[in-house]
Amino acid sequence: MTRVFISRDMASVALGADAVAHAFADAGCEVVRTGSRGLFSIEPLVEVETEGGRIGYGPVTPDDAARILGGNHPNRLGDVAALPFFAAQQRFTFARCGIVDPLSLADYAAHGGWTGLDIARAAEPQAVVDTLKASGLRGRGGAGFPTGIKWQTVLDAPGGTKYIVCNADEGDSGTFADRMLMEGDPFCLIEGMAIAAHAVGATHGYIYIRSEYPFAIQTMRDAIALSADRIAPFTLEVRAGAGAYVCGEETALLDSIEGKRGQVRAKPPLPALAGLFGKPTVINNVLSLAAVPFILAEGADAYAKVGFGRSRGTMPVQLAGDVRHGGLFEVGFGITLGELVNDIGGGTASGRPVRAVQVGGPLGAYFPPSKFDLPFDYEAFTAAGGLIGHAGITIFDDSVDMAHMARFAMEFCAVESCGKCTPCRIGSTRGVEIVDRIIAARETEPARAATNDGTLGKALYSRAPDRIDVSLEAQTTLLRDLCDTMKYGSLCALGGFTPYPVLSALDHFPEDFGAAAPVTEAAE
Amino acid sequence: MGSDEAKALIDAWVGREGAGRDRLLPLLHNVQDAIGYIDDALVPAIAAALNLSRADIHGVLTFYHDYRRQPAGRHIVKLCRAESCQARGGAAIEAIAAERLGVAMGETRRDGQVTLEPVYCLGLCAIGPNAMVDGRPVARIDAAALDRIAIEIAA
Ligand SMILES: Cc1cc2nc3c(=O)[nH]c(=O)nc-3n(C[C@H](O)[C@H](O)[C@H](O)COP(=O)(O)O)c2cc1C
Ligand code: SF4
Ligand code: FES
Repeated sequence: MTRVFISRDMASVALGADAVAHAFADAGCEVVRTGSRGLFSIEPLVEVETEGGRIGYGPVTPDDAARILGGNHPNRLGDVAALPFFAAQQRFTFARCGIVDPLSLADYAAHGGWTGLDIARAAEPQAVVDTLKASGLRGRGGAGFPTGIKWQTVLDAPGGTKYIVCNADEGDSGTFADRMLMEGDPFCLIEGMAIAAHAVGATHGYIYIRSEYPFAIQTMRDAIALSADRIAPFTLEVRAGAGAYVCGEETALLDSIEGKRGQVRAKPPLPALAGLFGKPTVINNVLSLAAVPFILAEGADAYAKVGFGRSRGTMPVQLAGDVRHGGLFEVGFGITLGELVNDIGGGTASGRPVRAVQVGGPLGAYFPPSKFDLPFDYEAFTAAGGLIGHAGITIFDDSVDMAHMARFAMEFCAVESCGKCTPCRIGSTRGVEIVDRIIAARETEPARAATNDGTLGKALYSRAPDRIDVSLEAQTTLLRDLCDTMKYGSLCALGGFTPYPVLSALDHFPEDFGAAAPVTEAAE
Repeated sequence: MGSDEAKALIDAWVGREGAGRDRLLPLLHNVQDAIGYIDDALVPAIAAALNLSRADIHGVLTFYHDYRRQPAGRHIVKLCRAESCQARGGAAIEAIAAERLGVAMGETRRDGQVTLEPVYCLGLCAIGPNAMVDGRPVARIDAAALDRIAIEIAA
């Protein structure tokens, strides 16, 4: 019987993979459902097992089954791993994703699974933490905090009960790596959490998955049941979110697990010392924890020798939005933004010029193509007024209206604010109103250079609506002032970083806000 | 489901899964999955079952976007409004969806047949605009796809 491999990833299913799988089963094939390889322009993808290895065809429809099994189909891709999109990657974390049956313990073990856990359990906890430190791994959830140092704090914390919490809330638009890993290689995350548990002395762990990811929730629950004996005495459970973006913030997430409103806690105390139920807690992103088995199995040096500056190892970059070859591209830090967008992603799907990219989700900055020489590196992005975040890159063509995107950033903050601080809760709504006034004014006012003198006072202190200075100049000044208040007056990054997309849109694309276009540097 | 039945469901769940404070979100999910929404009239029963105050339950119920306090339509279409779907024409699709499904974003159609809701990212960001139709993911939504969805929800 011919064996074929077809993804069961939520994205593949959204593109019709289930119907394709049925067609191949009806044609008498043994269908193995895998995770996604991670390139969506070739999905639904079918890989047929042959003596010379797996031969890929994609994209395909259910009607193509007979021709594919006959060996002649125009969308024959050959060895998928040899396609340029995959050959250029360094898959440390996603090595198995798209290849194995996600719920086969035999597959997992055959592809190097559990090696890291066995090595860790044969070593002292401190030695495991030292390996993590030496690897240079930094938190992949956004802030880039060194994982080994976080674990050290929890290891050193007094107290018998400690927890491992995996942050799988992945709310950023433009990101899907956590989802793909949980659906495509769930044992890898489980192994990473079991290693963390050994390293800090925890006995129970939680995986908090957003409710928008029903496939991941089901896959993780199944995988936990299947691997319970392998990770014992460590135990794990899945908690489903309830549609609150802010619950991705670590302390709000802990409150949510505790059964409360997902509101952000003031720090200190650090979760590492007083986290879930007041106990010392490791809270890490899915990708941080899923990088751990590789680090233990292959050694800290193997991980650390890849990278750029203080950003060591690989990053599973996600190419999203209006992109020709969207998907997951795991690569060492240091690759430039332009290489990712143009060379790997192939530019826009619409075929129009790229005008802007947003890096790092709804709290990340917008960059124009003139910034495409930026290396993918935590420090370089901070210096450029942005952030890497969870490494999602959303590509926009020249039809984008950046004032509308700035408005959306404020609107999103208003919808998702946990309500604890005024600049975020109220300021975001005021921000929407200001951008609305700018959009109204840019249609009527002629473009002119902005000066800040005196206009802020006029815009702020005029009480009656008919006395509000609704000129572009006054409203733009007010918007900058509001962003300043949000940036410095918010407890967490939702209120604090919403100014990044707003101000970067304003700075790099002033013409969309009714101001003069920036002077572009000579091409040479 | 009658209110006695609902209370029995709550008590049975708590008997099985425990009555700790951290059971609140899973319990609310369970009630909503079974009944479709969480009626305000059930708040006292939930509070009693977990030994929490009614105000506490109300606070949690109203904080999370997922929990419904009114019944939804027979079909639920969640359309992604986040940036990556916008980059692929999401705003225009939102307008067409409202028109083809005959209901404004965030509302339930008067005949109770469909609820159209926003969702902020489904993690399918390279193949948008995306939607969840009664829990089934659908990618690359265009006018033709919305016509198919409109036929589906007419049933
Ligand atoms: C509003 C907000 C949303 C966040 N969402 C996520 C998320 O979805 N996933 C995540 O891993 N971290 C998220 N974070 C970051 C977490 O607070 C925290 O830094 C992270 O879980 C730590 O894990 P790491 O060190 O492995 O990155 C968010 C932060 C904020 C302020
Ligand atoms: S900044 Fe916003 S989301 Fe963060 S704690 Fe304050 S109100 Fe809550
Ligand atoms: S932005 Fe729509 S699925 Fe991610």
